[in-house]
Amino acid sequence: MIHHSLEPPERTVNMVNAIINGVPVQVEQGTTILDAGHKVHVKIPTLCKHPDLDATAACGICIVRIKNTPKMLRACCTPIEDGMDITTEDPEIIQVRRSVLELILSKHPNQCLTCGRNQNCELQTLAADFNLVWDGLDNIVPQLPTDTSTLSIKLDPKKCITCGRCIQVCQEIQNVWALSFLQRGIETRIAPAGDINLADSPCVRCGQCSAHCPTGAIVEYDETEAVWSKLLDPHAYCVAQIAPAVRVAIGEAFGFEPGTNLTGKIYAALRRMGFKAVFDTNFGADLTIVEEASEFVERFTKGKSVLPLITSCCPAWVDFMEKFHGDMIPHFSTCKSPHAMVGALAKTYYAQKMKLNPAKIFMVSIMPCTAKKFEICRSKEMQASGFQDVDVSLTTRELARMIKQSGIDFITVPDDQPDHILGAYTGAGTIFGATGGVMEAALRTAYNLITGSNPPRFEFEVVRGLQGVKEGEINIVGTKVRVAVAHGLGNVEYVINKVREAKDKGAEMPYHFIEVMACPGGCVGGGGQPYGVTDVLRKARAKGLYHEDGSGLWRCSHQNPYVQQLYADFLEKPLSHKSESLLHTGYTNRPAYQK
Amino acid sequence: MPRFTAQELDAHRAKVTQLLDKPSIKVGMSTCGVAAGAVLAFDTLVEEAKSKSANILISRTGCAGMCSMEPLVEVCIPGQPAAMYGNVDAELARRIINEHVLSSQPIVERLVPSIEALAVAYDKSDTPTPPGASGPRQYRIVLRNCGVIDPESIDEYIAREGYQALQKALSGMTSEQIIEELKVSGLRGRGGAGFPTWHKWQLTRDAQGDEHYIICNGDEGDPGAYMDRSVLEGDPHSIIEGMIIGGYVIGARQGVFYIRAEYPLAVQRIEKAIRQARAAGLLGKNILGTEFSFDLEIRLGAGAFVCGEETALIASVEGKRGTPRPRPPFPSVKGLWNMPTMINNVETLANIAPILVRGGKWFGSIGIGKSTGTKVFAVTGKIKNSGLVEIPMGTTLREVVNGICGGIASGRRVKAVQTGGPSGGLIPEQHLDTPVSYEHLQALGSIMGSGGMIVMDDTDSVVELSRFYLGFCVDESCGKCAPCRIGGTQILRTLNRIADLKGTERDIATVRRIAHAMQKASLCGLGQTAPNPILSALRYFEPEFMERIAAAKTARKEPGIARK
Repeated sequence: MIHHSLEPPERTVNMVNAIINGVPVQVEQGTTILDAGHKVHVKIPTLCKHPDLDATAACGICIVRIKNTPKMLRACCTPIEDGMDITTEDPEIIQVRRSVLELILSKHPNQCLTCGRNQNCELQTLAADFNLVWDGLDNIVPQLPTDTSTLSIKLDPKKCITCGRCIQVCQEIQNVWALSFLQRGIETRIAPAGDINLADSPCVRCGQCSAHCPTGAIVEYDETEAVWSKLLDPHAYCVAQIAPAVRVAIGEAFGFEPGTNLTGKIYAALRRMGFKAVFDTNFGADLTIVEEASEFVERFTKGKSVLPLITSCCPAWVDFMEKFHGDMIPHFSTCKSPHAMVGALAKTYYAQKMKLNPAKIFMVSIMPCTAKKFEICRSKEMQASGFQDVDVSLTTRELARMIKQSGIDFITVPDDQPDHILGAYTGAGTIFGATGGVMEAALRTAYNLITGSNPPRFEFEVVRGLQGVKEGEINIVGTKVRVAVAHGLGNVEYVINKVREAKDKGAEMPYHFIEVMACPGGCVGGGGQPYGVTDVLRKARAKGLYHEDGSGLWRCSHQNPYVQQLYADFLEKPLSHKSESLLHTGYTNRPAYQK
Repeated sequence: MPRFTAQELDAHRAKVTQLLDKPSIKVGMSTCGVAAGAVLAFDTLVEEAKSKSANILISRTGCAGMCSMEPLVEVCIPGQPAAMYGNVDAELARRIINEHVLSSQPIVERLVPSIEALAVAYDKSDTPTPPGASGPRQYRIVLRNCGVIDPESIDEYIAREGYQALQKALSGMTSEQIIEELKVSGLRGRGGAGFPTWHKWQLTRDAQGDEHYIICNGDEGDPGAYMDRSVLEGDPHSIIEGMIIGGYVIGARQGVFYIRAEYPLAVQRIEKAIRQARAAGLLGKNILGTEFSFDLEIRLGAGAFVCGEETALIASVEGKRGTPRPRPPFPSVKGLWNMPTMINNVETLANIAPILVRGGKWFGSIGIGKSTGTKVFAVTGKIKNSGLVEIPMGTTLREVVNGICGGIASGRRVKAVQTGGPSGGLIPEQHLDTPVSYEHLQALGSIMGSGGMIVMDDTDSVVELSRFYLGFCVDESCGKCAPCRIGGTQILRTLNRIADLKGTERDIATVRRIAHAMQKASLCGLGQTAPNPILSALRYFEPEFMERIAAAKTARKEPGIARK
């Protein structure tokens, strides 16, 4: 039924033998000393090398030496050669590393106690490991302003150690090019080109810079204070919703294994913190699928509007598309993202059912995402309820802090339930949090809409996994549906250029349906998730989502009885006039630079 | 000008060789000469010759090397020894026409040594003046045409063996044979690192890639160094010829001249020379009528010292931020546009043609040990005759300082010689009998470097010199790697404390500790070598630093000032 079109090319592998600290090691040719070290349980410290990124060789901490030679090499970027005998630790190496760390700290504010990365900072950890003592260097932190212009992320160049990870991820992984190095030498700093505010730059607020920063130079724009004050306000009716990817990642902040599903504990914590109702964005995801799959079927079977249809639930992708790929607007699903749908319904449907004044409802979304902070006020459609549909969007990291502040023993607190009216969900809603999940969920429901029955197999493996672009062909009772899934904005161009090429030639479209998520791995790897993301973590978190999907009763969004009830009681049917006004939005070309 | 075949070029050379036999006056008009007033001298000579109907060719030439005597004017009349005049102003220019040219009365009291008197030309003698024998101590290979020909005339270059090496290379020499010739010659990179040139050429030639590139590194930036500028301005075709041969050997179709934008005259002369070479069929399609096609373009450096580092240079050519990247992969494997790329320094390239014409064995016979051929130095400081000198490797520093350059101008004692610029170090007076070679200078804690040589007398402060060089490296650090970016600044701050009489002994230890980290952990040569000047100053002149620390102690003990 499904075939892969992007097979990894076959290649021959040459192995090389070397010795690290006296231990023989055999690795593929081209493996760096740093990676080879892992094989023999040697952990060489580094501040700039991130597993997602090519080595920039900026920090100088990972130096090692070929045995009995005076010259030191960087382990992060030096490939192992056959017969190398490598020493990764000796008194001189440790002394040099300590001196380099001392230099880095001499240009760092060292305000750990009041930093967003306190106790979770790669620089702080290394400083502790190396037992650094202050020895005679001046502290030379420049006076540079903090950039909070995006209201999504906070960039404090004073804390930057100029490792370049944020720039690499912004330019190479995300292809956004908002961040770059300015000046040179000791004046070198990170900022958008032209030294403008991030909000005026091409920044799409994906927050991958913050996810990759080793220090507190880039963190989320913290809004927990605003939420606390509303929770204390007796006139406010605070409600919350949690996104799919939050449940399998927040545990990392409390010592759980990555991927542990803690949905029930999050509900419990939110209620204890004072939220009067707890919803689940997974419900919104199910609703999105019913709307979007209907939209797809309209376009696919009835020829209404253009194909391919492109998903729109990722706000960083929407922003990126509006700035750089405006010609794709006709292809975009008009569906709002799931949490925006829940927000609009909380202040209409839910308020009516509960006989609440919607003006008093304060909707807080807990998202793996920094871009959602921007999305909630990106256009007038975000006030479909007559009020701002979502009042505050917090990241997973902010929620973890709030739970800690509120004195809830998260590890032992018993599970709770959501408010099912906007909180019950299916497995299809859950997998929204992983790359390919939206596509898979949509295909399950589209299959049903086209054939009248559910697919024989719910798993569409072709769209799962961390390959940057996944392409496949789905056979729906003889009708072939060609799909593409891209994650990491840098992978988008490959897909949409194929669409453009076909358009230019007047040829058949390469795809019918395209899913894009801005962050590598999808929302599980979101810019607002607990720090330290790597592919290992992305896989573990995604596994947690797929596990919940696989073990649930309902696998298709249209099976969600509360969604069905919503249509029966309120929305009438998918793509109804009411649906369009509350759950759908529009797009517009935006300049990459705002000024 | 027609596009020459090899035979036609030979015929043309025979014809233009006669050009050199005409009576002429040459005015040194490189940047240095122009700055000293050569334009006025030139214009006055032309005007006076015109008004007096003197039948003599007045032409521009490159830098003769005697900076302290610019503007320099040389009167060349066949059958007579060349007469060089120094410090030529308008009045002297008029006298040269009236007395020397028209009345055959040289103005003896204003004569200075001619190039011939100072240097043995390699085309006149296969060997430099042997040690101990009398005769000029310099030997000109690289500077063979500087101050001799009009750099804007391709004919004058052709007349003096120009493009003969290219003819030889293209008419039957394989790339292996050329590489072998370079190997025999022992030529090493003149940018300072001394990597064997033949090896670089071979590595690039053997590397796989759709394209191969050759780049001339003309981003000369050491303070006080201007050897490359003088060659670029004074003999542009010699470098172009070296590049074409290099391109032929590695299989390149395109070469890039990377020249710093602060050298406008060099850029202008290279541009003109490229146009001339194209018109003559020496660049472009089917060079000299052969199958080989190759062309050159110029890229300007935007004022960053670090862009002399190979990988930063490549980034700059590609239009990116000029910062180094880790090596390997080396540019010879993965360079410009990710293709195998050979980067050679100006002086290295200027050596190629003579080696091919005279043979690698000849070149290898000059010099000492593994340092063969000659080296051009820009000698500055407290010296009597500052300027460019080209000496056979193995010449002692004392010979350069006291012999060629006439010692300290004021008659004071030499304190030290600084070589290698901001990456080099100090060589104190007691080591001046050291021969110039890559190995000997390194053993003393300095380096050959690209050719800057600053002579200090006993009134100069090594503390201040260290401060100057470190400040330079701090300004020029690209900021990419932490050890260089912060280390340089922190050493400089510490050094400033010492220099400003606020230091302590602990500051010396801090300097050494941070310097060590910079040497070991910096990404590129700039950071790795930036501590060299201060470390060599401490090695030979630590008491000077301790004096300032002692003075600081005394200052702190002054009555009324509480000690913390």
